[in-house]
Amino acid sequence: MVKLRNHASLSKVYILLVLLFLYAPIGVLIIFSFNNLRSTSVWGGFSLRWYRELLQDRQILSALYYTLSIAILSSIISAAAGTVAAIGIHRMHPIARKVVLAINNVPVLNPDIVTGVSLMTLFTALRLRLGFTTLLLSHITFNIPYVVLCILPRLRQIPKEVTEAAMDLGATPPYVFFHVILPEIRSAIFTGFLIAFTLSVDDFVISFFTTGSGVNNLPIVVYSMARRGINPKINAVSSLLFITVFCLLMIINKRDTNIQKLEV
Amino acid sequence: MKTVASRETRNLLQYPYLLWSSLFIVVPLVLVLWYSFTTPTPTGRYEFSISNYRRFFEPVYLRVMSRSILLAFEATLICLALGYPAAMIMVRLGSKWRNTLLLLLVLPMWINFLLRTYSWMVLLGRQGVLNQLLQWMGLPPQSILYSRGAVLIGMVYNFLPFMILPLYTSLSKIGKEQIEAAEDLGANRFDVFRRVIFPLSLPGILTGTTMVFMPAVSTFVISALLGGGQDMLIGNLIEQQFLSTGDWHFGSALSILMMVIILIAMTVVSLTDKGKTFEEGNLW
Repeated sequence: MVKLRNHASLSKVYILLVLLFLYAPIGVLIIFSFNNLRSTSVWGGFSLRWYRELLQDRQILSALYYTLSIAILSSIISAAAGTVAAIGIHRMHPIARKVVLAINNVPVLNPDIVTGVSLMTLFTALRLRLGFTTLLLSHITFNIPYVVLCILPRLRQIPKEVTEAAMDLGATPPYVFFHVILPEIRSAIFTGFLIAFTLSVDDFVISFFTTGSGVNNLPIVVYSMARRGINPKINAVSSLLFITVFCLLMIINKRDTNIQKLEV
Repeated sequence: MKTVASRETRNLLQYPYLLWSSLFIVVPLVLVLWYSFTTPTPTGRYEFSISNYRRFFEPVYLRVMSRSILLAFEATLICLALGYPAAMIMVRLGSKWRNTLLLLLVLPMWINFLLRTYSWMVLLGRQGVLNQLLQWMGLPPQSILYSRGAVLIGMVYNFLPFMILPLYTSLSKIGKEQIEAAEDLGANRFDVFRRVIFPLSLPGILTGTTMVFMPAVSTFVISALLGGGQDMLIGNLIEQQFLSTGDWHFGSALSILMMVIILIAMTVVSLTDKGKTFEEGNLW
């Protein structure tokens, strides 16, 4: 028994160490964003100095503007387009469906750097100047597959008989869509929208290759600042980004468990 | 009449995305493939050539490639060594703790990896937290940042959760009866592990291995920020070809090679695991 208890406490220590490894760096990062000194290792008292400086930093404010507008636009468009795509895929011939799903999975599985450079070559071939439009198109491209993956399982749960019954009773296809299918998949669409928004705010690699002419999002600004070395302003941006994504995740997670509860 | 009408709608709804995914997913990859097999001629045209691939076999680039694969492999091994015990401990915990721990492990995966990488710049820098600690303990400061070790730490830190989660999934599928049966048949703890638990967790090991290896072998951010750009990885090479050197042909060949490496790794996994992890958007 004694030996067993030792074993259990050893396990706890190990798990704690793993968690410490995962969280301590982020914790340190956030703590020093409130530092009064320029240093990111010597504590000089609490202050919001670096957050104030963020508000005066033109580059960061413009990046914030682009991050949010790209995230909002791309997630709304992806949610709408992804819904149509999911329904289209759902009704396809099984073989065609397999092919399209394989294509759909490419941006999910391919390394971001390959997606990034391949889109960059496409935009150049189309003679599109790299900037806001190309950034938006790229974000829509990598977002739609996730929306589709969110909605498809939900569509599969709708029994065929339900839509057929509606049709037999004289419902037109648009009527069936708005009154039979949409209510069933509404929450999946919203989850897809939130995931798309989160991915868009979070994306660095693909954006890095597909933007230009002074249009930068926050991750790109963080990268270019970090390449020049440590800067407490990065800590402050990082903390803000961290908190935003954390809140989004909590909302998505809560919705997921709510849906699961409803299903049970 | 109604059925005909509904059939038509069926067909209509699939076209927008077929068009979109062809233009934005398939065509770009075809373009990269085209670039990789052509070189510009002095007359401003392009001709078919495998010189981009041949160039890759120059010692400089082979070194970059072997360094990338080696570092990714080392990171994967360390993640496996650190993650396996963690996953085994988690499986044995009560459900309440287990779910909290799962959430705590998933969460870092959603923290922007730039931030995760930058946080190690803060820790490992010359004036960083780690050196302050060493100084405080009376030890000489170390210069870890901008070294290969720092890149390795960054990879392990970024991708450890990707290893633990699939390991946990496959370990939690092992029934208690299977372990008890082995014990009843006289197996000791080591035998149970070697002959029951380990073989049954193999799918998780393979999935975790690809999920760590893939991003590790394709990264350019971790090596740029923590390696200080001294030790180039294949990701850095691709980035350089597209954004500064401007040799898209060679960059495309490198991208194709990277995809091939990853495809091989994924095929190995899908043969063993039937690719379950990748099918239904493994977001959580």
